[in-house]
Amino acid sequence: MIKIVNLYKSFGNKVVLQGVDLEVYDGETITIIGGSGQGKTVLLKCIIGLLKPDKGKIFVDGVDITTVDKKMLRNIQKKFGYLFQSSALFDSMTVFENISFGLRHLRLTKEELQRRVKLYLSYVGLKDIEHLYPSELSGGMKKRVSLARTIAYNPQYILYDEPTTGLDPQMTEIITDLIISLQKKLNVTSIVVTHDIKSAIKVSQRIALLAEGKIVAIEPAENLLYSTNTIVQKFIKGET
Amino acid sequence: MKKIILGLGRYFLFVIETFKEIFIPPLEVDVILSQMYEIGVRSVPVCILTSFFVGMVLALQTGISSTYVLNEPLYVGTVVTFSLVKELGPMLTSVVLVGRVAAAITAELGSMRVTEQIDAMYTLGTEPIKYLVIPRIIAFSSMLPILVVFTNFVGVLGGLVVSYFKLNIPTTIYINDCLDYLRVDDFFHGFIKSILFGLLISTISCYKGYYTEGGAEGVGKATTSCVVVSIVTLLISDYFISALLVAMRIG
Repeated sequence: MIKIVNLYKSFGNKVVLQGVDLEVYDGETITIIGGSGQGKTVLLKCIIGLLKPDKGKIFVDGVDITTVDKKMLRNIQKKFGYLFQSSALFDSMTVFENISFGLRHLRLTKEELQRRVKLYLSYVGLKDIEHLYPSELSGGMKKRVSLARTIAYNPQYILYDEPTTGLDPQMTEIITDLIISLQKKLNVTSIVVTHDIKSAIKVSQRIALLAEGKIVAIEPAENLLYSTNTIVQKFIKGET
Repeated sequence: MKKIILGLGRYFLFVIETFKEIFIPPLEVDVILSQMYEIGVRSVPVCILTSFFVGMVLALQTGISSTYVLNEPLYVGTVVTFSLVKELGPMLTSVVLVGRVAAAITAELGSMRVTEQIDAMYTLGTEPIKYLVIPRIIAFSSMLPILVVFTNFVGVLGGLVVSYFKLNIPTTIYINDCLDYLRVDDFFHGFIKSILFGLLISTISCYKGYYTEGGAEGVGKATTSCVVVSIVTLLISDYFISALLVAMRIG
């Protein structure tokens, strides 16, 4: 379980997170929605340790990652997979090398690596592209390869940062279905950050709205559109 | 001024962090070897070309100048060898590598930073400093002294060509001039200097790339800054390193 308590993060004078409280239960998919620049990605990066919060606590399976030493933090981070908004594939490496990068510490044989890369590519609906470089892939394929790379080392938690942003409606649907099917296959706990409400309702059990640096509402996904919370309604209707 | 002090502080913290990581196994041996090839072996042609011509021009200028003063080209080999081994070899090779390698390191790491590839590496369980920075620092600092030895030899050879064909100095006299006054510690003076230059350039270029921000424009700025800062640092530190080595009676 992930528990975030009173989390603060600022960059210079710009305060981004101002006391975020959130609990993510094991096995669930929770989506964090919110406008651009509200700190959704910052929150994800704090959870995985890419950013250090100014104040507050983040408990992962009962351990506060804001106070542990570097070695312990690295061990906890191995429980996480992170899908970047930009895919962040290593552009000097092939698809095979990208997916097997997270597995290199396991000292697997080349045959085993090939088998696993093929398996994870099949999970995301791709095949026979191991030899290609990221520059030879379309935006949707990059996203899917990045997802295969993320799940390749069996993380317990997957953090999705804007998984469908910049994709056409068809590809958005494919990625959304992929997240749901991976959730069923791997039984992971997922946090999805997006401002695509349709996709959020489809993939998650609960939806949290981040506004003005705080979680202002948490609703069951199916109830979101009927929420009585005025901030939620304003966000859905696109009002400022 | 505040920006410079903050930058220096962050650079030293980066260097301390990096050197701490060097002693924590495992080392990325495969990456180190590929970087050694990229930095060392692939720099050989440009180093040969530049040092050969520097040796030639040194011999020419020394020969002409000593002819003005002494009516004949004396000690050409000595001047060429001392200049190259103690000063020009390390400095020239370092400047060539700043242009050919350091700028590329900053651009590569910078572009990985702005496209979140460094963050991705971190989330995949690999410490980016260990995988990206340490191999480049080790490879750079070990290949630069080797290249310097190589360029010294080629530069002296360039001087020999001009001495023989242009100044009509017999080969044996040129070679005797080269070796008669050169001591082992003169060689080590340049060698030690090149190791320190290697450490300086590689840490500056990795630091500039690692902390790049601001998209494609930021990568461009970081690369330019890497080249300027590296060369200025080389020229300033050259005096202090030389003075220190001389005080320690090395060369």
